Amino acid sequence: MKNTIRDRIKANKSKQSSQNYMEIIMPKVFLLMASISILVTAGIIYTLMRETVMFFSEVSFTEFITGTEWYPFFGNDPSYGIWPLLSGTFTIALIAMLVAIPIGLAAAIYLSEYASDEKRKVLKPVLEVLAGVPTVVYGLFALTFVTPLLQTFMNDLPIFNALSPGIVVGIMIIPQITSLSQEAMNAVPQSIRDGAYALGATRLEVALKIVIPGSFSGIVSSLVLGLSRAIGETMIVSTAAGSTPNLGFTPTESIQTMTSYIVQVSMGDATFGSTIYYSIYAVGMTLFVFTLTMNILANHVSRRYREVY
Amino acid sequence: MKNKIVSPNEKQISRRITKNKLARGVFFTGTLFGMVVLAALLIRIFTQGIGYLDFEFLTNFASRRPEDAGIKAAIMGTVWIMSITIPVSLILGVGTSIYLEEYAPKNKLTRFIELNLANLAGVPSVVFGLLGLTVFVRLLEMGRSILAGGLTMSLLILPVIVVASKEAIRSIPQEQYEAAYAMGATKWQIIRTVVLPAATPGILTGAILSLSRGVGETASLLMIGAMTFIAYTPTGFLDGFTVLPIQIFSWASRPQAEFQAVAAAGSIVLLIILIVMNSLAILIRNKYSKRY
Amino acid sequence: MNKEENKQSVYSVKDFNLWYGDTHALKDISLEIPEKEVVAIIGPSGCGKSTFIKTLNRMVELVPSVKMDGTIEYEGKNIKDAKVESLRTEVGMVFQKPNPFPKSIYDNIAYGPRIHGIKDKKTLDEVVEKSLKGAALWEEVKDRLSENAFGLSGGQQQRLCIARALAVEPEVILMDEPTSALDPLSTAKVEDLIHELKKNYSIIIVTHNMQQAARISDKTAFFLNGEVIEFDATEKMYSNPRDKRTDDYISGKFG
Repeated sequence: MKNTIRDRIKANKSKQSSQNYMEIIMPKVFLLMASISILVTAGIIYTLMRETVMFFSEVSFTEFITGTEWYPFFGNDPSYGIWPLLSGTFTIALIAMLVAIPIGLAAAIYLSEYASDEKRKVLKPVLEVLAGVPTVVYGLFALTFVTPLLQTFMNDLPIFNALSPGIVVGIMIIPQITSLSQEAMNAVPQSIRDGAYALGATRLEVALKIVIPGSFSGIVSSLVLGLSRAIGETMIVSTAAGSTPNLGFTPTESIQTMTSYIVQVSMGDATFGSTIYYSIYAVGMTLFVFTLTMNILANHVSRRYREVY
Repeated sequence: MKNKIVSPNEKQISRRITKNKLARGVFFTGTLFGMVVLAALLIRIFTQGIGYLDFEFLTNFASRRPEDAGIKAAIMGTVWIMSITIPVSLILGVGTSIYLEEYAPKNKLTRFIELNLANLAGVPSVVFGLLGLTVFVRLLEMGRSILAGGLTMSLLILPVIVVASKEAIRSIPQEQYEAAYAMGATKWQIIRTVVLPAATPGILTGAILSLSRGVGETASLLMIGAMTFIAYTPTGFLDGFTVLPIQIFSWASRPQAEFQAVAAAGSIVLLIILIVMNSLAILIRNKYSKRY
Repeated sequence: MNKEENKQSVYSVKDFNLWYGDTHALKDISLEIPEKEVVAIIGPSGCGKSTFIKTLNRMVELVPSVKMDGTIEYEGKNIKDAKVESLRTEVGMVFQKPNPFPKSIYDNIAYGPRIHGIKDKKTLDEVVEKSLKGAALWEEVKDRLSENAFGLSGGQQQRLCIARALAVEPEVILMDEPTSALDPLSTAKVEDLIHELKKNYSIIIVTHNMQQAARISDKTAFFLNGEVIEFDATEKMYSNPRDKRTDDYISGKFG
């Protein structure tokens, strides 16, 4: 037996060719797979650029960038000024951030600095569930619960308005802000906190003067990411905000965002090759530029200003 | 009695303590807000939709009359889409993470791939929909089909699966590799016989969570051309389709109040599906977490 | 000295140098390691003993910044020339911290034979039993081979790792502080095992425990700052060391 195993292994080793083949091939296969992600980004950029260029052969760039009227469906004289869509998007984003930032940070501070382990075990899953609710369900919630609720003390609030979906988008973002900020706060070593406690500081003072400054880059990064998400949000707005492009900050009126416009056209019968068809790519390109910029910014802040312990 | 420079007085201390208590209340309320909203949402959706949730709801197709509306086409559509998304995203995602964690040298290409993935994770789903529309539906002539939708969805959730798989692979301690190398195993053998088996629970958990995001995904499939009124179940991958969240959206957009209740009924089913999936993921995570 | 020269050298190290980046970790090492004996490598922390033993089965190549110079011959052939996977089937290794795979006991032992192409169950069954007996673990686990290896105690896990190394029937077993993470009882069991094993295998063991080296080894090498200070029969080195530094280390003056 002593010779059998060793001899068999030696014999196997001599006919090793298929094994070597795999050793060389598999890394290349995996590299190929990893490169697909680059292909995807290239595909997105190519797609957006190609169709946007088609769009701009029909509509002037100046009109798009500076125009304040968005009436693509006016058969004879459509206008394609992007500003109403931008204003709708930012109205939603602003309302959402006004909701999400205070509550998200409050929850992060509580979970990170005050909550006992048992409480954390209960509260964190709640936030995870909140993060898992599909946006259509949130949209339905905004339309059929939040809007009527708001109408009870804002009598003139129309069914389709920006306030209700704005609030719900904010709610949707809270878990993300809380968990990312909490992660950043957790990275502050306990020993630093202990030093402050030993000097007689209260929890609030430690949280505000030590932890938050000590995790600032992570917190800011989480806020920027949250904002990016609010800008890219689609279904909540499509369900509850209506589809009326509106210029200016108009929370109590129906609005249209970049995302809900794209949805509106897709649900309709836009002919392939028409200006309206290409307009969704131009709007999509604008959207992509905004969110990409923000994501890069968030990454940059997180990386460059990261507090090192 | 020496005169101390720093002599905190009792009044100031109790003021600070009170401030702390107040702040704690405020922060706790903020945390509770999430719970309250979640409860309100679940209760509201449940009470709104339960009336329409019966057996016919699960077996009927969509209809002009709210009482007859059903999610059969939507559920089947979701199943068909998932049958493409699951294998494609898993293979690509795990393959990518194996490359990044096991083979990739620390060079610019690797950093570029990782940066790229991070950015893709933040791209809105409508943009993925536009990509799918141009490349899959038109360029590759798949039409407004399940194939186009499933592939688009795979790309959408790819970054999340990669992150989860990378985590799972990274959590394997170096000693496991050393033990295998010392016995004369080659790198690919180690990946096949040590790394993947050990990382599988983590990968599965991440995959299920990513797929549950796909189940609730709406916007990108709308772009692909998922229909909102379908009266048949798919028979092939090039068929048209609808999925549950899109069906819900279509009902929610109808003016009649009854249809909103039908939408709520659909939401209940969707939430149940998600709860089952997430519980499965948590079960797997807990079962295999006590290690090393 | 003549008696030693007649015995075969399983390892022949000549003027060997190793650098981790700019750090010169091993300096002009020359050693002849006899077969079927237990050679202990002792020395203070950071003296290079762990690095040295890892060069013998080329595990040190896993560190990217490593550079080497000089010759190491295994059974007369330069270890650089052979395929590293073949070398490692003849030279097994046991690590400081037990590192069984999260698989069943059976699959742990069968791992080595399987990756080298042995698939039939009957042979694997035999190998598993033989290896576990060789590691004095068979009686304790023979009824639970399909259980996860993590359910074993620390001492049992280490003996499992020894059994796992035995399964590919190596000539040499390298041990890098194999008992430093174990309790005294398990340590004693492993030391008894080493006594048994040396009948059939050449064993090279790194240890920071001088008493252990004295108990189990036939020859001892004393490393200091990357150099071999002394290499001799254990009894002789402990009772009458040639170098003052060896004497100081063994009597506990430093390290």
